[in-house]
Amino acid sequence: MGTDADPFAGLVGKAIAGAIPGATGIANLKRLSGGANKETWSFDVRCDGAQGKNGLLPLVLRRAPRGVDVGRSNLLSLEREAAVVQAAAGAGLPAPRVRYVLQPDDGLGHGFFMDRIEGETLARRILRDEAFAAARPLLAGQCGAILARLHRLTASAVPGLRVAPILTELGNVRTLYRSYRHPHPVFALAFRWLAERAPAYAQTDLVLVHGDFRHGNLIIGPEGVRAVLDWEGAHIGDPMEDLAWISVNSWRFGNIDQPVGGFGQREDLFAGYEAAGGRTVDRDRVRFWEVYGTLRWGIGCMGMYATFASGADRSVERAAIGRRASETEIDLLALITGKGWA
Amino acid sequence: MQDQPSAIEILAAVADFLRQHAMPQLQGHTAFHARVAANALDIVRRELEIAPQANAEEHQRLRTLLGADGSLEALNEALCEQLENGTLTAQNPDLVAHLRRTTMTKLAIDQPAYSAYRRALAEDKAATSE
Repeated sequence: MGTDADPFAGLVGKAIAGAIPGATGIANLKRLSGGANKETWSFDVRCDGAQGKNGLLPLVLRRAPRGVDVGRSNLLSLEREAAVVQAAAGAGLPAPRVRYVLQPDDGLGHGFFMDRIEGETLARRILRDEAFAAARPLLAGQCGAILARLHRLTASAVPGLRVAPILTELGNVRTLYRSYRHPHPVFALAFRWLAERAPAYAQTDLVLVHGDFRHGNLIIGPEGVRAVLDWEGAHIGDPMEDLAWISVNSWRFGNIDQPVGGFGQREDLFAGYEAAGGRTVDRDRVRFWEVYGTLRWGIGCMGMYATFASGADRSVERAAIGRRASETEIDLLALITGKGWA
Repeated sequence: MQDQPSAIEILAAVADFLRQHAMPQLQGHTAFHARVAANALDIVRRELEIAPQANAEEHQRLRTLLGADGSLEALNEALCEQLENGTLTAQNPDLVAHLRRTTMTKLAIDQPAYSAYRRALAEDKAATSE
């Protein structure tokens, strides 16, 4: 296979030989950047017959770090994530086709192979490069339409997902916050604000929620959204959660007046959602979830520091993200006490 | 009393070395991490410049707001408790002013280029010139 010198590449090639009919080898194996919690490897499968272009099938291996699934409480196992991606793709959503889920005998740990979809995930390029100028005005509406289709899936689509209405989510985030043992008065204010406004709903209102629908997890081409990635945060919850998370200011990358991902207006997102058959958008509830999402990212920043302090990752990058919690504080203050929802 | 250069001057020189001399020789992830490292040194430099006075002011505001004394950390913990149990609320303008001021100081140190910080600064400037 030409990769025998590298034991990891040898194992990938061996697994692929069993997983992809007509596969004769792999090439161009390289680790992609990004994804602190997961490894992502890009490679091409050499194929006999009709698969792929020019006899090459572009794939990705998404794998737990060094294959070891640490089982973080609110994140899906790789195996269950693969099932969610399959369900989403099966329902016509733009999600990569899952080709094979790793088995213990493969010697690669936990992970799965899926199709590699070409396009851009880096927010700064999507928001600034000329190549995406025509796509930018379309993205908010497209995101709305994708979420509307996603939210037609309910708990029966992928059995075993955690059911997480707001009080459960809020309780989980609060437990995490308290475990970090560092006072953030603005976060305390936000917890109170959210607890006082937590919407009540019936179990039947809950749907399959992506949970991390934002830049970095969307593959964008010059024509718009090509695929939704990173389904590890999927759960059964309030559909308004997905409509809010993409507008958290940290995902606007400086374009503060384009709330949806730095590329669009909330009303375009909502119109796309409703036109594609999504339920009527409850704007108060979306605002509620935007406060929640901002708080969740702020506590995520605290978690980055905790990972640094524990010794699990001593990188400057990890430590520095701890000093981004203050970004979410100013956003929370604007949302709660000022004119942050315009 | 320590000798010259000051800690702030040393940090500025090291960050400048990373950006002007080291980074152009580096590639890929290493270049990226060198930039992150230079930015982290800038945080430390700004903290040395800003935090001593700002922390003292925050401490004084907390004593007034809570009518109690204690360490800066203890008073912040007490404030968190009163916010979570609803004793202090966003209806209290002194509280909101305190939180905003404290957060603006953090951002002046951590992320002075952040969009919402720039906007809040502009709002403050407009308010004082009115």
